[in-house]
Amino acid sequence: MSFDNAYESLLGGEDAHWAFGTGFSEALSGVNREFPAGVDKDALAAYCLMLGDDALIYSQRLSEWCSRAPELEEDIALANIALDLLGQARMLLTRAGEVLGRTEDELAYLRDEREFRNVHLAEIDCGPGPGGDFAATIARLLVFSSWRLALFSRLRGSADPVLKAIAEKGLKELAYHRDHAAQWTVRLGDGTDESHRRMQAGLERVWPFLDELFATHQVEAALQGVAVDPASLRSEVDGVLEAVLSAAGLTRPRDTKAARVAGRAGRDGVHTETMGYLLAEMQHLHRSLPGAVW
Amino acid sequence: MTTALEVASAVRDPELPVLTLADLGVLREVSEQDGRVVVTITPTYSGCPAIDEMGADLRRSLAKAGFEAVEVRLSLSPAWTTDWISDEGREKLAQAGIAPPSRIGPVAAGPVPLNLVPPSRQVACPQCGSPNTQEISRFGSTACKALRRCHACAEPFEHVKEI
Repeated sequence: MSFDNAYESLLGGEDAHWAFGTGFSEALSGVNREFPAGVDKDALAAYCLMLGDDALIYSQRLSEWCSRAPELEEDIALANIALDLLGQARMLLTRAGEVLGRTEDELAYLRDEREFRNVHLAEIDCGPGPGGDFAATIARLLVFSSWRLALFSRLRGSADPVLKAIAEKGLKELAYHRDHAAQWTVRLGDGTDESHRRMQAGLERVWPFLDELFATHQVEAALQGVAVDPASLRSEVDGVLEAVLSAAGLTRPRDTKAARVAGRAGRDGVHTETMGYLLAEMQHLHRSLPGAVW
Repeated sequence: MTTALEVASAVRDPELPVLTLADLGVLREVSEQDGRVVVTITPTYSGCPAIDEMGADLRRSLAKAGFEAVEVRLSLSPAWTTDWISDEGREKLAQAGIAPPSRIGPVAAGPVPLNLVPPSRQVACPQCGSPNTQEISRFGSTACKALRRCHACAEPFEHVKEI
């Protein structure tokens, strides 16, 4: 390969090493994808969208920190965590797409806001812009990864072989994410007066969104043995959060509940105002230049 | 004649080129069925961007060796663990200045224990061998590596973190 022209290798040739991630193959290309007997496929697709959208939307939020974190190592850490979640999202959206007849890209880039099934905690703005703070970002990472880790731990027993495999793999990644958030929470909570104040404020910011994480949805109720009932995660997650907050000298915020619309929230496609802006940024390129690759 | 297994085993990892895919433990199976070669690999991390590159490299190397019909399959279960990195692979990593992972053994069932401080694993400096090293960042230049510093020779180094 010659380097006279930086774009030459993009045009093909057998050594196209210009960048990784160009020309992705399908995320589940050789995995055994048979559906277990008796499973409600529509519900399974809806469930994969729920877990996939949580990861996709939160991954998008985390990547906003790229080049803007307090230190270089943290930049890399948040980007790595976002990448793990994006990998989980790709596999889950591919699984959903097998039932829905759509590709992972179509699901990510061509659905409208009301079709996304992520929890509000994944989409809210915790920074780096004026809507948040690094401490709020850490508070969200602590809550999100503690919850998803507990969920994936149980999902290892799913009757769906693909969900089971995704959970076994993702569990190890989430354990690193949770440890990272927990260690930052202790460092900030047990640090200076200023870092303590901001870490406490970060917790207050995300706490109203905890309730939605443990509310059983009809999709989960319809998938006995395949899905995890999130209500069953509450005590384990509470225990983890208590342990971290206590080590950090922080106070558990009062349990309040973020507003719902006629009882509905993220799992029903009802999102907060910020979601439209997030999707506009995430989907803009693909919608402007359909099928664009780089 | 070189077998498909030998060719596939010699393909290097795109992110850690000192290792072959076999050293890294991501090459799970190579079989020949009706003149076709089926290669099964497993990703290190869910979002590992090198997985497509590995598939392309395998196809390219096998084609050069005369195996035209090649199918690369992805396997997710059982999930990859650093325990699958071979002894030879560990030596190659250390020689390249990257501290190999320690062995973690089977993962216990039930809730995953929380670590409020980084686990105090003894990671020897690959440059001078001193055990007096410290983790700087849990996340490094690739998903599978952490960054550490040696207090004896003051050199920073990478460590393939246990997973």
